[in-house]
Amino acid sequence: MIIDTDMIRQAALGGALIGLSAAGLLLLNGRIAGISGILSNAVRGTPGLWRFAFLIGLIGAPLLAPLIGFPPAVAHHQGGPVLLVIAGLLVGFGTQTGSGCTSGHGICGLSNLSRRSAVATAIFMAVAVITVFVMRHVAPSLLGG
Amino acid sequence: MREALTIIAAALCGLVFGLGLVLSHMVDPAVVASFLDIAGNWNPTLAFVMAGGIAVAAPAFWLARRSKRTLLGETIDLPDRMTITRALIIGAAAFGLGWGLAGICPGPGLTLLGTLDPGALIFVPAVIAGMLLARWRPLQMAVAKPAA
Repeated sequence: MIIDTDMIRQAALGGALIGLSAAGLLLLNGRIAGISGILSNAVRGTPGLWRFAFLIGLIGAPLLAPLIGFPPAVAHHQGGPVLLVIAGLLVGFGTQTGSGCTSGHGICGLSNLSRRSAVATAIFMAVAVITVFVMRHVAPSLLGG
Repeated sequence: MREALTIIAAALCGLVFGLGLVLSHMVDPAVVASFLDIAGNWNPTLAFVMAGGIAVAAPAFWLARRSKRTLLGETIDLPDRMTITRALIIGAAAFGLGWGLAGICPGPGLTLLGTLDPGALIFVPAVIAGMLLARWRPLQMAVAKPAA
């Protein structure tokens, strides 16, 4: 097990910023900071320029981050283009069908004491853990690795 | 005027959200994968992201449930909290599978676009395609109701 207190402090502070964003969007605009819902409605052209403004802020964040002493946004990907396409299709289909993702259900829904979001969060966390378990600990031995 | 304020508020909220994802390391699929790998060299760090987020957002939702209008005069319309549907279960499971495979959920995927990360440039269009696919009527009906 990895316990890195610097990372844990950054995670809790980063989480608090995400919570602050969710609180701000709710108490100012009356909207849920669910990223998949915002993206889906923006793509479909649902009226509301605020969604594009939110997405621009989100995409601009890694450009501001190094200027205020935040760590750089660097991604170490777990696979190549084929895996990313398959995973992306599943994430898009799943969040549209299940009405939310880690932010909408995991942060906003749980904060709102939603039974729907508690069920959704339990399911996507469990399936994600099982998926990583199979990929890292079952598939390699089946393939003789 | 009010609409301009809501757009500025949304942009700031998006920026703060993205900064939170960067600071918390949620944008790194390797960190997400090590959080999900409870049977391996488990890194529980990301549990603190959810804890920190809920600690700040929960009081706001408590207040929102007791208010009809926001500080900017917008209506507050909170989603249904109770109904468990087949779509919710199937959708959450499909999302969990995709999240486990790549270690990226929609927020980090979009945030990484700002760095022109090649993986995000592949992942995000696939997410949008998946969202459009999910709205294809025959698939929606198959999700909503089991085959006879």
